[in-house]
Amino acid sequence: MVTVEFLGPIGKAPLTLEAATLKEVAERLRQEPDVAPWLSQCAVAVNDKLVKSMDIPLKNGDRISLLPPVCGG
Amino acid sequence: MLLIFDGPLPVTELLKEWYEAEHNKNYGAMVTFVGTIREEGGIEALSFDIYRPVLETWFESWRRRLADKGALLIMAHSQGDVPVHASSFACAIFSPKRRVALEMLDAFVEDFKANAPIWKYDVINGRRLYAADRSTPMAGSGLLSAKE
Repeated sequence: MVTVEFLGPIGKAPLTLEAATLKEVAERLRQEPDVAPWLSQCAVAVNDKLVKSMDIPLKNGDRISLLPPVCGG
Repeated sequence: MLLIFDGPLPVTELLKEWYEAEHNKNYGAMVTFVGTIREEGGIEALSFDIYRPVLETWFESWRRRLADKGALLIMAHSQGDVPVHASSFACAIFSPKRRVALEMLDAFVEDFKANAPIWKYDVINGRRLYAADRSTPMAGSGLLSAKE
């Protein structure tokens, strides 16, 4: 099982799901109506490290974070 | 050094502290930037969420980049509400000569706006509204929407 957390303004409680790759996480999140519109704008971190490829194997207990558009300062 | 405060930054104290800690370390330049909340659009305050683990990694990469040039980077940011005319962001770069500090401050603040994991909300009539129109997708955004 992996956990997906939604940061900042997405405002959704974390999801726990079975997924072996980020591609599977993406497929599942595209089916969530309150998350799908954010996907095109979100950066992704696995265990707090930003990732740029879907080819990342996931293991039990991994934490995936979705980071929507930012504006500090 | 990365500092996070709940609410407005104590700007006067921070700048004094940073100057007093570093002025005798043979840096020839101290350049600072302070971001202050402007009164516009009927806001009472701005409010901020921070994702600290990714912010720390991002900040560390900048700290090292500056250290390679012999410079020191310090930053403070607020989380939670910061009222109009108070300040939510302050940073300072100390460098042996002015040019590094002046140029790197500009590059650092621009990358901060684009890639530091901080989310801004307008506070209007006590309600917190995400500042979507002023926000920027971080580098690499959209990974999960790409169909392969």
